[in-house]
Amino acid sequence: MKHYPSGGWQVLILLALWGPASLLAQSQKDTSFVSKLDALREASYSDKAVMAEQLSQTGHPSVRAVLTALLEDRLYYRNSDQKIFIAKVADADPLDLIEPLSLKGAGSAPADGFTKIGTNNGLRHTLKMTVAHFSLSSPDASVRMDAVREMMLSLDEPTVALLRERAAVETNSSVKKEIATGLALADLDGTDAKARLAAVGVLSHSVSHDVRNRLALLVDGEKDEQVRQAAVSALQTIDRWRTFYSDIETLFFGLSLGSVLVLIAIGLAITFGVMGVINMAHGELMMLGSYTTFAVQAVMPGHIGASIFVSIPAAFIVSGLMGILMERTIIRFLYGRPLETLLATFGVSLILQQLVRSIFSALNRSVITPDWMSGSLRINDALAITYNRLYIIIFTIIVFALIMLVLKRTRLGLDIRAVSQNRAMAKAMGIRTEWVDAMTFGLGAGIAGMAGVALSQLTNVGPNLGQSYIIDSFMVVVFGGVGNLWGSLIGGISMGIFNKLLEPYAGAVLAKIFVLVALILFIQIRPRGLFPKAGRAAEDK
Amino acid sequence: MAAKQGLTIWNPTASGDRGGKIFLSILAVLAIAVPLLNQAVPASSALHLSPFGITLIGKYLCYGMLALAIDLIWGYCGILSLGHAAFFSLGGYAMGMYLMRQIGRRGVYGDPVLPDFMVFLNWKSLPWFWHGFDHFGFALLMVALAPGLLALVFGWFAFRSRVTGVYFSIITQALTYALMLSFFRNDMGFGGNNGFTDFKDILGFDLHSDTTHVVLLVVTVAALAASYLACRGIVESRAGRVMHAIRDAESRTRFLGYPVEAFKLWIFVFSAVIAGVAGALYVPQIGIINPSEFSPINSIEAVIWVAIGGRGTLYGAIAGAVVVNYAKTYLTGSFPEIWLYALGALFVIVPLFLPRGIIGLVSARGQHK
Repeated sequence: MKHYPSGGWQVLILLALWGPASLLAQSQKDTSFVSKLDALREASYSDKAVMAEQLSQTGHPSVRAVLTALLEDRLYYRNSDQKIFIAKVADADPLDLIEPLSLKGAGSAPADGFTKIGTNNGLRHTLKMTVAHFSLSSPDASVRMDAVREMMLSLDEPTVALLRERAAVETNSSVKKEIATGLALADLDGTDAKARLAAVGVLSHSVSHDVRNRLALLVDGEKDEQVRQAAVSALQTIDRWRTFYSDIETLFFGLSLGSVLVLIAIGLAITFGVMGVINMAHGELMMLGSYTTFAVQAVMPGHIGASIFVSIPAAFIVSGLMGILMERTIIRFLYGRPLETLLATFGVSLILQQLVRSIFSALNRSVITPDWMSGSLRINDALAITYNRLYIIIFTIIVFALIMLVLKRTRLGLDIRAVSQNRAMAKAMGIRTEWVDAMTFGLGAGIAGMAGVALSQLTNVGPNLGQSYIIDSFMVVVFGGVGNLWGSLIGGISMGIFNKLLEPYAGAVLAKIFVLVALILFIQIRPRGLFPKAGRAAEDK
Repeated sequence: MAAKQGLTIWNPTASGDRGGKIFLSILAVLAIAVPLLNQAVPASSALHLSPFGITLIGKYLCYGMLALAIDLIWGYCGILSLGHAAFFSLGGYAMGMYLMRQIGRRGVYGDPVLPDFMVFLNWKSLPWFWHGFDHFGFALLMVALAPGLLALVFGWFAFRSRVTGVYFSIITQALTYALMLSFFRNDMGFGGNNGFTDFKDILGFDLHSDTTHVVLLVVTVAALAASYLACRGIVESRAGRVMHAIRDAESRTRFLGYPVEAFKLWIFVFSAVIAGVAGALYVPQIGIINPSEFSPINSIEAVIWVAIGGRGTLYGAIAGAVVVNYAKTYLTGSFPEIWLYALGALFVIVPLFLPRGIIGLVSARGQHK
């Protein structure tokens, strides 16, 4: 029953929200709870079972925690004043104590001042049922769900009876479904062929791995031909659904990889689209963003969850300024010489890598993932979506929308578009093209920095971070059509999905090679990418 | 754009091929001095050239040949390949396969046919593409064929659909990257990330003896001189004029009726073969070849040798390769921290301030006097 702390706390919070009105009732509950608890101390094993039952009937929010503690041999009393405590870990020394009434920490004390309240097999069995019963009647559906899942691991007669009892009154549909699955699993062991047939019918709607395995066992051992046939077809249904969900998962992985590629490629697309500059240091600007995330976390270690929101603008500014510096000191002297620009920016990338190595050492730095980004969203037994990938997809959408907004709705965007369409004409109309160049490059670099923040949540932050993604992102830009944001979006997403679709068949490395080869072939058909730029700017040389 | 790129980098009438003559004389001196200093001068003398020194010179010359190959297409035809190290490595692997077969029973596992790594991977028989590599002649053929064929196929696809400029550069970079990933795989049958090493002998001569190294160096010198002369011959021929025209005004050349794609393709293939031969000479002297030779940075580094030496001069590229690699050997040995800063700075400074490289600097001074 490892779920008890969260459940207990949620109940407690719920009660706290009730406020003063329930205060009186609460104190009465406390008194009866404490008296029952005290009785537990000296009672015999058989009496303890009765006490536990009575304890659970008080309906006190701490019941679950206390009974679970008893079940796990973590309930102690203090020898000096006979007061009962829950230990966080059994048989530790010193004991980490929890006050049973409030469930608040009560410090730690040497173990020899305490005596464990013992249990035996029979009592543990009863306790288990009591805890399960108590959890099943919890007002919180997620607590009930956990209880059902826990009970399904060891289905015996009393458990089944308990589940059957609950099934009749359960209102939450997903808990109800879970109970039905549990009961059906139990029915499979029964002697009645009809009941087994019905159970197979119920189970065919599940997608759980355990159910699938159980059915496969049934197919092997079943005597009744009709049941066996039903099980075979149920197995097929389950497998079909599981394949479907795993396809969705692959699609999701592809989408998240694709959005990372998009995030990286947008910045490249902007710098190339407007200025015809292939920025080989783009990956290193991204790396700067990742290191900024690391630095921000080091500055505010107490607020990891919030640090991300500081890191995003910080990374934008750091990388953006570096981009402007690059543009002003190097790139502006090389306009119109794309091959030389390529070499010079490559030189910058080497310098930035070594700079980071000198400052932060060559070792990888670990950026902490905030709590709200870790874990995964469980859709059903066959499909879970990790939060960090989900947030990166959302982040990409936001960044993309913002850039579109900047380009289409702001003065700077207007200038950028004017310069990219016809530099000479824009200059003649009074646009400060030099300033626009610097800002555009800064914008592209800043976006690379933000991509770096996202990447820091996915991979190790090290001096080579930029290099591992840069070739892929160049491919995206070439695939989508240089200087076209929509092209980069579609190109990145489709490359990500294509990659992940191939991976199960070909392995990660081979999939990557296939993508590169496919791209080289694609260039044959559309040498200027999916969405070629139209007009004068498209002419090279 | 075209006008800027087409600065008169190469001017045959101004100096004849004075630089080339100087370069060939240096090679001739090397070919005589190295054997003398190693074999005739006693080991105790300060003038004695150690085996390490020979290997180092051999390495620089192989890199010089790679630079020559790049300069031929970049300096004279405007094709910037960021994947030339791939051809170099392919040539190296072809030679490595021959050397692996020569090990025979002397490997750790003592298998008469299979190289050690195949025994280790539990392979039962030699993969089909390993057959024939026990013959030196076949290996030499493959040294030229493997990079040449790849360049032919890749170039045919790329030039046919008019992938030019930076697009071509990026695609070649993807090519070498994809090859690197493939060669890292054990299943490919090229030794995975360990590559080939532990070579024993070549044509029956012990690879650990000084004499063999001296001979290899002399062969390298000869190969470099020959490929230099071949390249010089090409760029000064009528085809060379067309290449210049393609570099400076590709569309115009096409409109004048020249088959631009064919010219580009053949010069690209020829350049790849030179790079392959350079790789094949490199492997027996260095004694190892592994997939990291394919890594994109190697190709880009080779491009900077050319840029530093002075592109569009041929001998300048070779000089650049030697100078930069000497600096690399010295800096990575004495100041490892500084090397990447220095290399990065070179990438930035050369395009900005030395568009014609070292040779440009030297010859500009010469003209002032």
